[in-house]
Amino acid sequence: MQSQEAIRRLAEQHGRGKVLVLLGAPDPESAEIAAETVVLGDPSYAGPLAGAQLGLAVYHVLESAVRAEIPAAVWEAQIGVMADVLNAEALSQAVASVRQRGPGA
Amino acid sequence: MLNDKVIISLGERDGISGPAIAACATAAGGSVAFIATECFV
Repeated sequence: MQSQEAIRRLAEQHGRGKVLVLLGAPDPESAEIAAETVVLGDPSYAGPLAGAQLGLAVYHVLESAVRAEIPAAVWEAQIGVMADVLNAEALSQAVASVRQRGPGA
Repeated sequence: MLNDKVIISLGERDGISGPAIAACATAAGGSVAFIATECFV
């Protein structure tokens, strides 16, 4: 909930086009919920982003477009084996599906 | 994509942590403004 308030404040402060959200969710379901929250609003209607269609750019950190921008040494040190443990393809698809449902998509 | 963007790093304990994501984003030229590692909802 504190995260939702911070996200709303940053979106207002910097503008939606300037903010990008990176997720580290371990499974497609939680990735989709987190992505939906920052794009379409809190699906549980429990937090500050309930009904707030921020439409922020959101990606899972394991998506190939993200990985391509991160220096290999940093990637190995910070992500390392988790890239092999988690299902990057399923996570990418889950977040991409939310992007496609976003306002203006 | 990440360069010159304001980055919100939302990690999860059983996945990839917020600080790990933030380190990657910073290395790619992003400006990390918020870091969390939690169960998001």
